Amino acid sequence: MKILVCISHVPDTTSKINFTENNTKFDTNGVQFVINPNDEFGLTRAMWFKEKQGANVTVVNVGGPETEPTLRKALAIGADAAIRINTPATDGFSVAKQLAKVVEDGDFDLVITGRESIDYNGGMVPGMIAGLTNMNFVNKCIGLEINGGIAQAVREIDGGKETVSTTLPLVVAGQKGLVEESDLRIPNMRGIMMARQKPLTITEPIESKVHTTSVSYEKPAPKGAVKLVASDNLDELIDLLHTEAKVI
Amino acid sequence: MSVLVYTESEQGAFKKIAFEVASYAKAVANQLGTTVTAVTINADNTNELSNYGVDKVLSIVHSQLDSFNAKSYAEAIQQAAEKEGAKVIVVSASANSKYMSPFLAVGLQAGYVSNVVAAPTSLSPFVIKRSAFTNKAFELTQINTEIKIIGISSNSFGLVENKSDATKEAFSPTLSENTIKVESVDKATDKVTIADADIVVSGGRGLKGPENWGMIEELANILGAATACSKPVSDLGWRPHSEHVGQTGKPVASNLYIAIGISGAIQHLAGINASKVKVVINTDPEAPFFKAADYGVVGDAFEVVPTLIEKLKAFKAQQ
Ligand SMILES: Cc1cc2nc3c(=O)[nH]c(=O)nc-3n(C[C@H](O)[C@H](O)[C@H](O)COP(=O)(O)OP(=O)(O)OC[C@H]3O[C@@H](n4cnc5c(N)ncnc54)[C@H](O)[C@@H]3O)c2cc1C
Ligand SMILES: Nc1ncnc2c1ncn2[C@@H]1O[C@H](COP(=O)(O)O)[C@@H](O)[C@H]1O
Repeated sequence: MKILVCISHVPDTTSKINFTENNTKFDTNGVQFVINPNDEFGLTRAMWFKEKQGANVTVVNVGGPETEPTLRKALAIGADAAIRINTPATDGFSVAKQLAKVVEDGDFDLVITGRESIDYNGGMVPGMIAGLTNMNFVNKCIGLEINGGIAQAVREIDGGKETVSTTLPLVVAGQKGLVEESDLRIPNMRGIMMARQKPLTITEPIESKVHTTSVSYEKPAPKGAVKLVASDNLDELIDLLHTEAKVI
Repeated sequence: MSVLVYTESEQGAFKKIAFEVASYAKAVANQLGTTVTAVTINADNTNELSNYGVDKVLSIVHSQLDSFNAKSYAEAIQQAAEKEGAKVIVVSASANSKYMSPFLAVGLQAGYVSNVVAAPTSLSPFVIKRSAFTNKAFELTQINTEIKIIGISSNSFGLVENKSDATKEAFSPTLSENTIKVESVDKATDKVTIADADIVVSGGRGLKGPENWGMIEELANILGAATACSKPVSDLGWRPHSEHVGQTGKPVASNLYIAIGISGAIQHLAGINASKVKVVINTDPEAPFFKAADYGVVGDAFEVVPTLIEKLKAFKAQQ
């Protein structure tokens, strides 16, 4: 089985979000970039398929040279090879278009992505890859078993979960649950050394339309101070929620 | 050329978000000087859409669409959009809509923007405001394609009543074979889900143990709310994983979020700060959550919550 894990390179959650150039660019100053948390769950599941079922795992990112440390980290965790498509990630569609090309050229059986990236939170790349390649697709995947070309997947639905069966080739968008959090891997010294020998191929992008463009950013209006209510005066809280906030 | 809106239903009954997306579609149609066409799938009482400005209902009734399937739903809506010549399509942020919309976007070669929080700020170019960076910022996004898909964030626009007189037309799409088979569904039907809830009552590690959740459930019951919890609470097995909210759990965009014994770590806030009004109950006046909250009570949950329950009961009885 050939697995492709799509990795997006995102600011760590605790990062301060600021913008430069008249609020048109994200300020990367002092920001630490990490493997998108949802993708980490997928990468760990891919490692399981590699170790238990002999799968071959390639990781891919669409982005500039600054994302290479993130790909190296994925190699150190255990992926066999990495590909970087050398173009800035502009919108979900153009990224999906690049990834779909990699999927088709590499003849992958399983494409693992994350349910959304924590920077733009688009949640669109995985479904678009499936749409463009005409592969089956399971979103919000929290469980995946594959045997002889048949996949059993569990997906989160509003208010519960659902088990589905489908066939390869398949795209899944994973999240917490796909593996236990305690099973997430961090690179060890040996992995880091081995990663240096593994191939990281840089590929030039194909022509693609950009469907949406970012114009500018805004920060939410500063929050007013919290209104504190004394714990022996909860009638006031109810009154505020009813007459001022109008939520009860 | 009308604005097309997909109004979701479950077991025939519209979800609340169906009326919110219809309200939004009406606002965009007014901006564009056009009408609203709603697509419904196996919905019963389509007249209800006339309360929210819908001019025409394309009613799809199809047994292959009885249970949700992203590809087939996308095909159905794509064909409806093509039939109507729609240039703007409005969908919700439900799990199903988020699953389906990327297929729709590929099928229609449409630019799709998710997590939209307001009506377009400009029509030409077409610019829309969406939340990004887990609600820590907004992005103004321009859609360059002729057909545009707008996915709106729950509770961001609200319900706007607009009486209309919707005509109804049956529509029958051609669907390809379904390749994803649902084997089983595991869903609590007697509980308000976090995704649908107007109010969410959430508990953290400050509640000390699972045996103390009775008061959380009672508070939620009185308010018609869903219950939720912080990550350590689900990790410790005090509550099911399906209740875990935050960056790595479920997102919450309710009208009211009540956080009890939750410190307000950044990863928790990232998932809940799309909620409109936040109330915090915590013993520690320095808890970071107070900085993100609208209303706060510094106090012991084991005293505050039971009193609040009694007072809310009295309040509800008067209503
Ligand atoms: C990568 C990553 C992802 C994460 N994702 C999430 C996520 O999705 N969701 C999430 O919730 N967390 C997440 N976390 C964890 C997060 O950082 C916090 O550790 C967690 O939110 C803390 O949970 P808590 O507030 O319930 O517990 P604590 O931090 O232990 O806070 C308990 C609070 O209860 C108060 N308290 C104690 N006794 C009482 C009482 N009697 N009455 C009232 N208040 C009382 C205390 O003052 C304290 O503020 C993540 C962390 C990481 C590193
Ligand atoms: N630039 C990128 N390179 C590789 N994979 C990506 C990229 N952007 C998004 N993805 C994948 O698509 C998922 C969802 O991202 P998004 O649609 O941007 O929210 C991510 O979790 C990744 O698996």
